[in-house]
This record gives sequence, C-alpha cells and structure tokens, in this order.
Amino acid sequence: MAGIPHDHYEPRTNGERWLNRRLPVVALMYDTLMLPTPRNLNWMWIWGIVLTFCLALQIITGIVLAMHYTPHIDYAFASVEHIMRDVNGGHFLRYLHSNGASLFFVAVYLHIFRGLYYGSYKAPREITWIIGMLIYLCMMGTAFMGYVLPWGQMSFWGATVITGLFGAIPFVGEPIQTWLLGGPAVDNATLNRFFSLHYLLPFVIAALVAVHIWAFHTTGNNNPTGVEVRRTSKTEAEKDTVPFWPYFVMKDLFALAVILVVFFAIVGFMPNYLGHPDNYIEANSLSTPSHIVPEWYFLPFYAILRAFTADVWVVIAASWITGGIIDAKFFGVLAMFGAIAVMALAPWLDTSSVRSGRYRPMFKWWFALLCLDFIILMWAGAMPAEGIYAIISLIAAAYWFVYFLIILPLLGVIEKPLLPPATIEDDFNAHYDAQTGGTHTIVKPAE
Amino acid sequence: MSHADDHEGTRRDFLYYATGGAAVVATGAAVWPLVNQMNPSADVQALSSIRVDVADVAVGTQITVKYLGKPVFIRRRTQGEIDAARDVDVASLIDPTAQNPNLDGIEPATDVNRTLPMPGAEGDAAEEWLVMIGVCTHLGCVPIGDGAGDFGGWFCPCHGSHYDTAGRIRKGPAPENLHIPVAEFVDDSTIKLG
Repeated sequence: MAGIPHDHYEPRTNGERWLNRRLPVVALMYDTLMLPTPRNLNWMWIWGIVLTFCLALQIITGIVLAMHYTPHIDYAFASVEHIMRDVNGGHFLRYLHSNGASLFFVAVYLHIFRGLYYGSYKAPREITWIIGMLIYLCMMGTAFMGYVLPWGQMSFWGATVITGLFGAIPFVGEPIQTWLLGGPAVDNATLNRFFSLHYLLPFVIAALVAVHIWAFHTTGNNNPTGVEVRRTSKTEAEKDTVPFWPYFVMKDLFALAVILVVFFAIVGFMPNYLGHPDNYIEANSLSTPSHIVPEWYFLPFYAILRAFTADVWVVIAASWITGGIIDAKFFGVLAMFGAIAVMALAPWLDTSSVRSGRYRPMFKWWFALLCLDFIILMWAGAMPAEGIYAIISLIAAAYWFVYFLIILPLLGVIEKPLLPPATIEDDFNAHYDAQTGGTHTIVKPAE
Repeated sequence: MSHADDHEGTRRDFLYYATGGAAVVATGAAVWPLVNQMNPSADVQALSSIRVDVADVAVGTQITVKYLGKPVFIRRRTQGEIDAARDVDVASLIDPTAQNPNLDGIEPATDVNRTLPMPGAEGDAAEEWLVMIGVCTHLGCVPIGDGAGDFGGWFCPCHGSHYDTAGRIRKGPAPENLHIPVAEFVDDSTIKLG
C-alpha cells in the first residue's frame, strides 16, 4: 500500500505469530491505530470521532428502543408513549436517540464545512469526499424515516410532504410515489417499511464509514496547511506526523467529553427543545397541522426546495425550454437534490492549485459568506414561505449554487494565493516556537 | 483463438454472450419480486371502492369520509351556495378546468360540471351534491370547510388558499381546483367512491 512510511506490526511471541499467519487482525488494528497523522491538526479535526460515537450511540439506543416499539399505525404512537412512561429508563433512551440525531447532524455539518475550507475534498481525496456525501445522504434518509416512526402529526404530514416530492417527477412520479408508500397515501404499509429501512440504513452507513476511513488512511489526513506529509523517507515522515495513538486519540476523546457535557445537559434538561409539540399528537390523516416544519437539520435544503416558485425567471425558463415538463414543484425538487450534488462535485469545480483556504485570501471571504448563507437558509426554512422570507430564501438558495458553480471555478483563475509553508514540520515549528522559545520540544506522554 | 482481424464470432464468444444474457435475465427475475412486493398489496387494493350512506346528510351540512387514505368531502349545498357558484365567470378562474374524472375529457369548471347529480334530479337539485377529495392542491394539507374562507367554501390554513362553494381555487398559492374522485350515486341515498 502506498501509504505514509511508518512502523508495521511485528508479532513477538509464538502465539502472536501463530495468529498473524492465519488472520492478521492484530496487524490491521495496529496499522489503523498507529496511522501517521499530521502533527498540526487543529480542533476542527475532532468531528470524525464525534461522528463515529454518534453512529454507535444511535445503533445501540436504536436496537434497545426497537425491543419496545410496534411498527403498526394502531400501536406505534401508544408504544412510543409506553417507552416514555413504562419502560425502565425508556424516556432517557428515547431522548438520547432523538437528540443523538441532532448531535449527529451538528457534527456532520461542521465536518463537511471543515473539509470545504481546508480543501480536504481535493485530489487525491475525491473518493473520501464522495463516500462522505453518500454517508450524508444515508443519514438524511435514516433520520427522515426515523422521524415518521412515532406516528405523530409531524411524522405523518412530514412523510406526506416528502414522499410527495417523488410524485413531482414527470410521467413516472405517481407510480413511484405509490410504490414508495405501498398504497395511495401514507398508511400502515409505509410505516412498516420505514421501520425496516430505518433499522437497515445505519448498518449501510457503518460499512460506508469503514470505506471512508480506508480511503483517507490510504491518502493520509489532510491538515490545516493542505501541505502533504513527506513520503520520501520514514525519517522525514516522522518529522511531519505523530501516531494517531495515543496523541490524537487522547485529544479527540477530550473534545468528545466536552461535547458530551453539553449533549447530556440538553438530553437531561431540555430534551424536547429541538422537537415539535405537534408530534405528541397522534397522526390524523383528516387534519393537517397549521405549520409543517421539518427537523432543524433539514431546514437549509427545505428552504431551497421552497425557494423556486413559479414566478422566478429560472423556473419560467426551465418550464419553457422543456415544454412544461419541469414545473415549479419539480424544479424545487431538482434544486434540493442539486444543492447536495454540486457540493459532491466540489473536487472538480474547485480549480485552485492551493488546497487550504488558509492561504487563499479571496476564497476566505466567499467561504465565510457560504457559512452565513447556510445559517440564513436554515432560518428561512423555518419561516412561512411568503413575503420577505420567500425573497431571502431565493437569494440564499441562489448563492449556494453560485458559490459552487461559478465562484469556486473562477477563483482558481483570478485569485493570487499566498505561499503555503514548505512542510508540515515548518508550520508546526512556526506555531510552537512562540511557546517553547525555539527549542522545538514538545512534551511527550510518559512512557 | 481468433485473430484480431477475424470478425466472425467463435463458439466461445457465443457462449460468453449467452451466459451473460442468462445471468442478466436471472438477476432481473430474482430482483423483480423484491421490488414488486413494495407495491400496494391486495388488501390495500381491495379498499379502492367504498359505498357511503348519505341519507342523513341534511341541506347545508357535510360529511368527511376517509377514502384511499385521504379525506373526501361530501357536501349537500344550500340554494345560496349553488347560486353563488353559478354566478362565477369560468374564464376568470385560476383553474378553469372541472378536474372531474367522471366527465369525458377536460371540461370547463362550471358548477354543473363540478357536482355529482343524483339520478333523476333536475334543475337546482341536480347541483346539490358536491363530492371532492379534501386535499389542497398546493402542498397536500386538508382545508377547513363549512363556509370557511373569503368565498364561503373551503380555506386551507397552511398557506392560505381560498376555495369557493364549488371547491374551485379563487385566491392563494394552490394551482388547481379541489380534485373530484371517481364517484356515482348507486341509489337515492348511497354514493359509491371509486
């Protein structure tokens, strides 16, 4: 494997040699844990561990919740109340699971925007990026179907609106929607299959996470400078890196502990803060809640979905060119999925030769605007789709596409980047000389 | 083996394609039941036609029944509502089509084309019964009835669509009139949906 040169596992005892000849599992774990990791990683590199923790948390709490939940329209709502009131510690497990989804999305958004700023998506890490986008899509599907399971009003009407998106596809939309729902409307067949898939998808995510980790263990981590680790010799590589264990494991676990303090405070004291009261009313197919809002983590894309109404010129143009096949509703659906697609294409849309945003003076400002844009979209998605909110949504949605399709390709041509440091070692020393007086020594853990 | 300039297929080529083709067909045959099981099951399809007893529905009232998982409004309209619906110029409507699958082809959204005639009824009585799917054509919410909205018909609270006494969209974001289900009177007091 063309990885960074480093020490490999050597079986020492007869027992280790016996095992290693038959199944090199210890060698695999050793090489995974001792991965040479750039020594200049900052605090934005902790989200991977947080995400791994979230996946484990969701799978474990989900498995035990499934022991008490009944996926039938007559019993689902009552079985969730049974979990909340009767099952030992059930309310806490359920609050961990529902708020765990929120922590999962907080971490994934920070992880994605970290990658967008430091150019982690650029060659040779395109596959890592694409796998990451697939994980994100699976996360959205899992979270959406999980939200339907309690069979509250928001569950039911959220499922109706979102599956209705597929009905907007020209010609084949209606059969697809019926096929997804298993009937003409959201009903027992829908609830049952959503439960099945909600249980399945996390394991698909786990497999994709393994591939994600495999891919970036092959290319090596990116780092805040975007400069590659030197691979010419092991000595040079060791000047740029430290082993993942124990250095970054300890750092990541510390960060995770801090984050979990906040997380458990929310789970313990304000577990319903991020939810909607309407979902504590049982689903009623004859009465719609007055204001249907998705969970916070879907709001930016929900805003993009609603932004392109029939009176926007691009929608009128698309409708005219396609002879009416693409109407406003379908255009909105295309825009929502397109917003994720353009993000997935970032490795090929970004033409700059410099990887990290730290050395790109113009890029920095456009990127800051993109972060602000994301927050504005999230806010606009929670507002009613009328008046000033509709205009703000449209401008913010347009900027999302402009950033990826116009600004990223153009900046590579017109921007004059700063000179990144020659090596990671230089960057590290420049940072720590100020603290150690130029001795270049860092405190090592007790050996 | 054949040479590069030998374009005639060998027996081995034939076996490759035959095996590949058989594998594709077998895979498709194996996958299709797994896909098709998600389509509506027999018991769901069996509910695609129901009969509703409307003998107790008095003039000026309505009932809501669940049909195919969606609400269906059945309203017996007053003379005032019928007159109000007739007085509208069809050409001025947002959606000038009847949205009525019980008619042949696309017809104008006149009051008579929107209503369900009871057998033998004539004149005003033929336009008494209005049967519609109670799903707003905007984003699928259920409108409020019994004279709600600016036009005395239905009003959708989600995004403010106003429907008139014949269920036609008059104001707001909804693009179409409330849809009418396939329906007919099987006798004087029973409506068959589907």
